[in-house]
This record gives sequence, C-alpha cells and structure tokens, in this order.
Amino acid sequence: MTQLALIIDLNVCVGCSACVTSCKEWNTSGPAGFMSDDNPYDKDPTGTFFNRVQTYEVGTFPNTETVHFPKSCLHCEEPPCVPVCPTGASYKREEDGIVLVDYDKCIGCKYCTWACPYGAREIDEHQKVMKKCTLCVDRIYDESLPEAERKPACVMSCPTNARLFGDVSDPDSHVSQLIREEGGYQLMPEWGTKPSNHYLPRRKTRVKIHEDELVRVDNPLTKEQKEHHAPIEGITLDDSSFI
Amino acid sequence: MTNKVLHDAITQPEGRIEVKNTTCYMCACRCGIRVTLRDNEVRYIQGNPEHPLNKGVICAKGASGIMKQYSPARLTKPLLRKPGSMRGDAEFEEISWDKAFDLMEERMAHLRSTDPKKFALFTGRDQMQALTGLFAKQYGTPNYAAHGGFCSVNMAAGMIYTIGGSFWEFGGPDLERSKLFIMIGTAEDHHSNPMKIALSEFKRNGGRFISINPVRTGYSAIADEWVPIKPGTDGALILAIIHELIKTGLYDREFLQDYSNAGQLVNLDKDSDVFGMFARMDITDPEEGCFDHQNQLWWDRHTNRPVRTHTEGADPFLLGEYELEDGTPVKPAFQLLKEQVEEYTPEWAASVTGIPAETIRRLAHEMGITARDEKIELPIAWTDTWGREHQSVVGNPVAFHSMRGTAAHSNGFQTIRAMAILMSILGTIDRPGGFRHKAPFPRPIPPCPKTPNGPDGVKPDTPLGGMPLGWPADPNDLFVDEKGEPVRIDKGFSWEFPLSAHGLMHNAITNAWRGDPYPIDTLMIFMANMAWNSAMNTSEVRNMLNDKDENGEYKIPFLIVADAFQSEMVAYADLVLPDTTYLERHDVMSMLDRPISEFDGPVDSVRIPVVPPKGDCKPFQEVLIEMGSRLKLPAFTTADGARKYRDYPEFITNFETEPGSGIGFLAGWRGKGGEKFMKGEPNPNQWEMYEKNNCVYQYHLPKSYQYMRNWNQGYLTWAQDHRLTRYDEPINIHIYSEVLQKFRLAAEGKRPGKQPPEHLRKRIIEHFNPLPFYSEPLESQLTDKHKYPLNAITQRPMAMYHSWDSQNAWLRQIHAHNYLHVHPSLGEKHGFGDGDWIYVESMHGKVRCMARFSEAVEPGTVWTWNAIGKAKGAWNLGEKANESEKGFLLNHLISEELPTNECGEHISNSDPITGQAGWYDVRVRVYKAEDDADHTLPQFDMMNTLPGMEKRRKWQGFFAGMFTQKKNGGAK
Repeated sequence: MTQLALIIDLNVCVGCSACVTSCKEWNTSGPAGFMSDDNPYDKDPTGTFFNRVQTYEVGTFPNTETVHFPKSCLHCEEPPCVPVCPTGASYKREEDGIVLVDYDKCIGCKYCTWACPYGAREIDEHQKVMKKCTLCVDRIYDESLPEAERKPACVMSCPTNARLFGDVSDPDSHVSQLIREEGGYQLMPEWGTKPSNHYLPRRKTRVKIHEDELVRVDNPLTKEQKEHHAPIEGITLDDSSFI
Repeated sequence: MTNKVLHDAITQPEGRIEVKNTTCYMCACRCGIRVTLRDNEVRYIQGNPEHPLNKGVICAKGASGIMKQYSPARLTKPLLRKPGSMRGDAEFEEISWDKAFDLMEERMAHLRSTDPKKFALFTGRDQMQALTGLFAKQYGTPNYAAHGGFCSVNMAAGMIYTIGGSFWEFGGPDLERSKLFIMIGTAEDHHSNPMKIALSEFKRNGGRFISINPVRTGYSAIADEWVPIKPGTDGALILAIIHELIKTGLYDREFLQDYSNAGQLVNLDKDSDVFGMFARMDITDPEEGCFDHQNQLWWDRHTNRPVRTHTEGADPFLLGEYELEDGTPVKPAFQLLKEQVEEYTPEWAASVTGIPAETIRRLAHEMGITARDEKIELPIAWTDTWGREHQSVVGNPVAFHSMRGTAAHSNGFQTIRAMAILMSILGTIDRPGGFRHKAPFPRPIPPCPKTPNGPDGVKPDTPLGGMPLGWPADPNDLFVDEKGEPVRIDKGFSWEFPLSAHGLMHNAITNAWRGDPYPIDTLMIFMANMAWNSAMNTSEVRNMLNDKDENGEYKIPFLIVADAFQSEMVAYADLVLPDTTYLERHDVMSMLDRPISEFDGPVDSVRIPVVPPKGDCKPFQEVLIEMGSRLKLPAFTTADGARKYRDYPEFITNFETEPGSGIGFLAGWRGKGGEKFMKGEPNPNQWEMYEKNNCVYQYHLPKSYQYMRNWNQGYLTWAQDHRLTRYDEPINIHIYSEVLQKFRLAAEGKRPGKQPPEHLRKRIIEHFNPLPFYSEPLESQLTDKHKYPLNAITQRPMAMYHSWDSQNAWLRQIHAHNYLHVHPSLGEKHGFGDGDWIYVESMHGKVRCMARFSEAVEPGTVWTWNAIGKAKGAWNLGEKANESEKGFLLNHLISEELPTNECGEHISNSDPITGQAGWYDVRVRVYKAEDDADHTLPQFDMMNTLPGMEKRRKWQGFFAGMFTQKKNGGAK
C-alpha cells in the first residue's frame, strides 16, 4: 500500500502563503482548472483555492504564540467525502491513496463539503463542480519533469521547506521518520478519518546559562591591568627600613 | 473551454509550451524564476532551482506574477492630461510616444541649458539606480534620489559608517554556521526568500532564534523567544546589552584590538581644536584618499608607552587614561565607549524599552557566552593586511539581522551604529556564524563617492560635478552654498541631514511646492506612489500636487509619472509614461547598484523578456536611453552628438564607466569572447551568455578570500585588481566615529571650513556624537504623550509588496483590507470591541478604521499592514472594493515635517544625521467611532479609469493559452 501525503512543519512555517498561490497558479491552468475568482477587482473578492493559511494566536501577552496553519485536503485513509457522494465522483485512488474528484461525474451537490470535517473542499461556482487538492497528481508522475520537480507545486515553492511530501505508509520514508521522531500529529483523529497529512509541532531551543560561565580566568578585563607600575609617591617600607 | 471541465486528472492540456528564465520583480528580492508559457500566455512561474538566491523556491507574490501580467490596472498608452482638467481628476487623452518624447525633449533641453536643477528625478523601488542615477548626473541635476531615504538609509549608513558594510544586499547573517540569531525590527521582508530558506535551515540545525519586535508575526512567529519592545527604543536595549557585555568582560578583546579602532587613543584636550580626534603620528606626504592612513596611536601594555597602531609585538590597552609626551590627555576609544554606556544599565533600559532588566541581562549573557564558548574554527589559511599569516578562520557564532523597525526612527542612525558596535565587540564581523559581507562590500568607511560640495557643481549643459548621491567624510563634503544652505531640493547633504546617503525623497514634493530652497519646473517620478503610500502626510501632499500659484500656474509646473499601473500617483501626472512589467523587459541587477551577491562572492543577474510588451508599454530604461540621446547627454551620444546606443540592451553591453575602463553594468562574461569577469572589454554576446546561464553570473571567491575581508590582504588585492575598490588598505571598524566628531567640532566652531547655520549648531552637537547614544525620537519629544500615549507602526505582509499588489486578483484575496491591531486592554479601556470601528488619531490627523484585538502586540503599540488601503478607484478596483471601504493608510497620521521647534520651521520628520524618514515615530490615541460607521476615513473621490486600460472582469477563470484570446470570465 502507498499513501502519499504532506507533512507540514509548523516549527518553520512563517505563514508566507507561497503554497496558497503556487498551488493556484499551477492548478488553474492544469487538468483541475480553471480555478475561478469572483469579484477579482471589486468588493469581497473570493475564489477557489486548494490551500489556505490560517493564523492563530495562542496564549496571552507576553506569552503569545502566533501559529500559521496551512490547510488543504488531508487525503484521509477513511475519507468521509467518498461514501456520501451520490454519483461516485469522489474517490480514493488505490495505487497512492490520493483522494480525487471525477468532474464528469460530479453534480455539485456539496454532500462532500458537509461530510468533510476539515473544510477542504471548494465548489467552483462557474463550473459547478467540487474541487480540491490533487496532491498535484499531474506533476508527481510526469516523467517529462526532472525527477526533483515531480512534487506538488506547494512543496516546490515553500521557502522554508515546511511542506514535505512522501509515502506515510512506508515506515522507512523520510516523512514517516519525521512523524515518529518529531511528534507528528493528525487533525481531529477523533473523527476516525485517519488523515494522511500530518503536522509537526513547534519545538523550542533553549539555553541554560550557569552562573560560573560568567567567570573566566581569561576575562579580557584582566588584561587591562598595568604590567609595569610607576614608582609610587611617598615613603615605603623599602625606603625606611633599618635593616 | 469556458465552462468545460476536464475528466483526466493527470494529462496536461494541449498547447505549445515554452520555458524561459528571467528574474522576479514581485518584490526587491530578485529571485531567479523559470516561466512556462502555453500558447504565449504565462502558465506557471516557479523558482529557478539553479539560481543561487532562491534555490528553486518562490513566495506568494512571485507565484502570483501571472495576475500582475494580466491585471486590468495596467497602463498601455502614453497619456497627456486633458487641457482644462485638474490634476488628480485623472482625465487624460492618449498620445503617441513621439509626442511624449517631443514634449519632454523641449522642456528638459530648455531646463538643462538654463538651470538644470529645475528638473528633478525621483524613483521608487526601481532596482535600476545605476541607470537613473547616471541619467541624472549626465543631465546635470543634483535633484535625484531613489526611495532609500524613506526606506532604510539608516540601516545602510549606520552600518557602513561603522563596519563598511550593511544588511540585505550588502551583507547579512551567516545562519548556516550561526548558533544564536537575533532578529530585531524585521517583520516579514527584507529580505524575503533567502531569509526564509536560511531561517528554516538554522532552526532545523538546532540554532536558537530570538526575535525582538513590538509585534509577533511572520518570522517572529517561529522564534524560540519573542521579546516585545516599545518602538523606537531599540537603541536603549542595545546600549544596555553593550553595558552588560563590557561590565562582565564578555567581549572579544583580540578582535577589537586588531580589527577596530577600540585601542586607538583619542585626544581629550578640551581646549584643543582636535578634541575628540585620534592622536596621530605625523606622516610625510600623506596620500589623499578615502582610506585609513593607520597613523593613530595605541598605548602599548608591554612598554607602557604610545606606539603606532599595529606595531609588531605591541599589545594595546583598550581601557585606561594616559598622557602623551606633550601633556595631551588621551584615552582609548573603548574606554570612551565604556564611559558612554555607563549610564545605560539594564534597569534604565527596562524603563525605556518595557523589557525586564533580567531579560536584558540574560540576552547579553547568551550573546556573550555563545560568542566566547562556541567558537568555530575553519581550516582556512589567510593573510591579514599587516602581513600576519593565520592558519584558520575563527568565528563567534552570534548573528544579527535588522531592518526598518530599527531604521525608520529619527534616532535610527545611532541605534544602528550601536548594533554594529555590538556585533563588533562580540567579534562577529565577516566571520563564520556572524555577519558576512557581500561584494562589492566591504567598502572604505565612508565609501569614496561624493556629491559636488557646492553650487558650482551644477552648471547648464554640463554633467553634475560629482555623484548625485554620496558618502560625506567631513563637513567640507556637504552639498551646500556659501551660506551653508542646501543645493538640493530635498536638502540632502545639507546641515539638516549631513549624511543623507540616499536623499530625502519624502520631502521633495513639499519642498518643491513651497519653493524652499527654490521652486522647480519638472518633476519626473518613476514607479513611486507619492500621492499615496510612499508619502507622509498623504492628503496634504495630494493637495500640494494640485496647488496653483497666484497666476493660476501649478506650483510644481510639470509632472511626469512613469508607472506600469494606474496608481494613485498617476492621477496627478501631466504626462504618463506606461512602463512594462518585469516579464516584458530587459533589466540588470548591476554591481554598480545593488547586486545580488552571495557571501562567497559577487553575483549579478538580468531580466530577459518572456512575453512582448502589452499595448504601447515601453520599459522606462528605453525612455532614459531615448531621452539621453535626444538631450545629447555625453554618456548616450558620440563625440559628434549622434545617438550612441540603439536601445537599452545595446547600452548595457557597450557602456563603460569611462572609455576603456572595462567596467560596465554587468560583471559576467566580459571581454570579447566572454572570458573575463568584473573587468574587461564589452562582449557583444553578453546577454546571450546570461540567458544560457539562468540569467545569473556568480563568482566564488577562493576560500581564503571569503572571510575577514576588511583586513584580508588576499581579498583586498583581488578586489583592487578587479576594480571593486580603489585601495587595498584595511577597513578598520569605527567603534569611535571620527567622521561624526568632525561635524560636531564644526558645530562647536572648532574646525575650519564649512560651518553650520546657527540654528542647527545645537542639533549637530547633540546628534553627531562619535559614540552611540540613546535619545527619544524627535517627533515623540515634540508630542503631548499624555494625550497621545501609544506608538503606531506598520509592517509589510509577506504576500504584498508596497502598494503594488492590490491589482493582483490572487494576492488581494489574502489581504483585501487591513485592521488596526490593538491589545484587548485598549478596547477595554476605551469601550470598543474586536472588529469595532475606531479612530486612531495623532497630532497631525485621524483615520477611521476597524480594530482587531491581538495578544501578539506590545500593549503600548498599535499596528497595521502597510499600503493595503487604497484610494477609491485606483489600481482599477471597484468603487466598493474592500481596499478603499475598509482599508486605510496610516500615512495620514504621519507628517513629513516636525512641528516648529528650536531648530526651525519645516524641518523634515527624519533622522537628523541621515534624513531617514521617521515613519515609526508617530504617537497616537484610539477611541470608539460613531455607532453607524461602516467605512474608513478619510475617503477620496473615485479615480477614473484611464484610456487604454482594460475593463475590470466581474469574474475570471484563468487558464493559460485561452485567457486573453477567449476570456474565461465576464468584464464589468
């Protein structure tokens, strides 16, 4: 079994939205396109995006964390969007676990939107079909691309390499190793959807300073003492000794 | 295709595919991009994996370049304001380029042969200062600057006047080898992708990242520790850290002794005219030039007497007080620094910055102990400029980065000098894990170029007698007349702002409108939105642009605006020149400008068009070449006055700084066959060679030349041989700044030569302190802080650059409007809730906007995203667009001039040393707005759509290859 998925490292995601627009520019002109925009230059612009970044604040000042949280289809092992689809348009590929929509079968009924607890689906108001992340299935098997570029567009673009792509069912894969060792977690596992995408949490690097680290025999201040002292004024024992 | 959907999820749609490389320009980062076209339309813009800057990644802006290319806000025709219409009404008629050129030629030729300073050229974030500056110099006007004065000149000047290099284009933190990284006053940009790449790798390698910022967003979000600070107090924090490091002995004494002026003896004879200058040995026949003659003195520990610096075997005291043979009292510069920071205790700084004293002390200890105990030693042999051979390169792995948060304050120069000194006393300059230079830096302190030093430098029909921008080394370098009054319209390089290395574009319009120091005739603005987000006091500046004298003539008689988009500024133009997008033109990121060099050597790059220009768009570069030829400027014409260059690409290939100099705009593939670099005769195939090589030229210095470059003889000789520098002399760090002291002495009347006007003497004496000091920002000093207790700042989001991207259909879905982010305690105090309409008011004006509660902001600070708010109708947005209904500019609250004070009227709201705009000095209060408020204030009349612009689409489904021909979507 193969289950392709994204691992998103919240420890390095700076919330730049590169994944948001690189996904859109790749997919709008590809098999999943177009991805429409309504009111693109007017009030309340809104469009189809397969990937969005939300930002949350956690805690109160000054102990505040700002968390950037990219969200897209999680390609669940038990995708609730599949069984609810009345036409069979929503399906999960056996060969790699990618959840896709067959647009020819989709009637735009939005059952899958209601079933998806993650809000990952986006109806295209102009084509009246449901769209979502395809894990760039049109890139990852494209042998005309150099091997290094057979990755989802969001992974290619991510400036902090916060998005990692691989087979989470292979225990030896890099992504599986990260999930194991860096505390990778799934969103809302209680829903039983078994999301394939995982998130890596924030990790803190701290230092402990010991008191004695401030004390050094080679403290440069010691070099500022004079090597030769000028003769002192007045009488010393040496001047006045009787022996 | 309009509504047909595809079944096959894998097979790419058909079409003719082409792939071309060029350089991004969605911000100033200049990443390499690979553009895929399908049937001549842009299908995909990806980061070029073979480019050294971005290594294949791209940001939200770069990946949205398609929407810039096909934006309906694009200008496509030269336009002339309709006779009888008012500026600002944006009523234009289309004209031909020939007519536009004729108009400009007639006007500009007359000005050039009568009074060239009446023509002014100011440019925005243009990335082509080498060409625009050359044009201004050749024309002969002193009135030229780019955006640096209102951006980050304090960062450039504060560091360059201290260590001979600066952040971003000129140098940066070596995060590959660093262990502790302190980012102070940087939000989400400057720079962008390289910083993101490095930050992520740094964290994954176990580095510790501390962010000091009033707000926790962007990069700060992933910091291991966020240290919230009150805006404008960074200098206080840094000085307290220096205090603690010196007190505890956590400084790198060997580094300071050898590579800075810390041990040099300062003359402290109060009655002397050289008080505060270094004591020097007489040297015979000192060569004139901008380098360190190294004739200063140390007090040697071994012999207990003064010796010339770097005398073999000598070991200088850095502390103490001494007396020269002639009785002159002297102290080492480091002793003076120690005395200067004596009062800056962590407890004092806590009261200024809002950071607990214990935290300040701990930060100092973390920096000092990491620098001392986690040394890096690279097995790289090198030879210093005094002939000493070193078997290794040593690094103290503490790195810093900073940008506008520290710079855009009127105390920013001294703050940044303090930071550069902090980096120096930790021993981190051009060493692994610390700060590293990028070619052509390091440069002498200060660098050699100078402006003319008097009105004689400006003559009819003659190129300017110096550079339009420069680096004054002493008061006699100032560009002032015999009365000490400014020659430049922006008063740059005058006693008001002596070291204004990037000019003061933010005052150019106000000064020209007022006729102070003189009126001008023609103002040419290139891609700078001076009627909106790039102006302080925006509403008034818009009025000034439209203001007439008693004869009914505009106070600024002729206004030329070159821009690719229908920005707010375009509305005020008399003549509009439609520029191309970055995908439609040739460009160079030149070594003569701000190249994209890496730590390990020089890098420059080019843009090569991937699509043809839209409509009648013409690259501004071509406009300058054409005008240079028509006006017969020497650089653009042959000896007999004929046109020298057919077009911009030919100009770039063949131009040399002087005939036969071998130095041109591009460093790569010079020489007839492309066999040379940096210096070499023009190569007719240079563009093709760039094109074949990912549009980038990169040179890797030998390892032994990559570090300690201020003092690395191998590197300095190499730099001289390749014409990066005139001298191969060491560039010692200025812990103590004699340059600043020279200005202070002049103000004290102790120095022959140029003297400041009386009303500025006190200001010069106070601010030209040769050692860094803390002073409250000027605007803050002049504000009733009881009435206006809060600081207000802006930040730039990662997905928008300046005002450029509201016309971008994808990016505006990320930021369509902005809020004022406030701590919830302010809402509680003033009776408003999250999302409520409020007023934010300074002593200059007020803005109505929506509040957004945040726990990620220092409670005495309010902030918003910069330049999201737009004037109604600008950028071809609809009348009800969020940008104008809910978005707002903080600029309305910020004045370009300080209230009248002891230094006079109409003094710029800027750093008194550099003229850096004090954007972040404004003080405000907030209160609840009317219950029925539903849009922001102030509002402006709807801007007209201009001839040649496309209609706004009501909806769109972009699909490359089928979009512009058969629109997917409906026009409105």
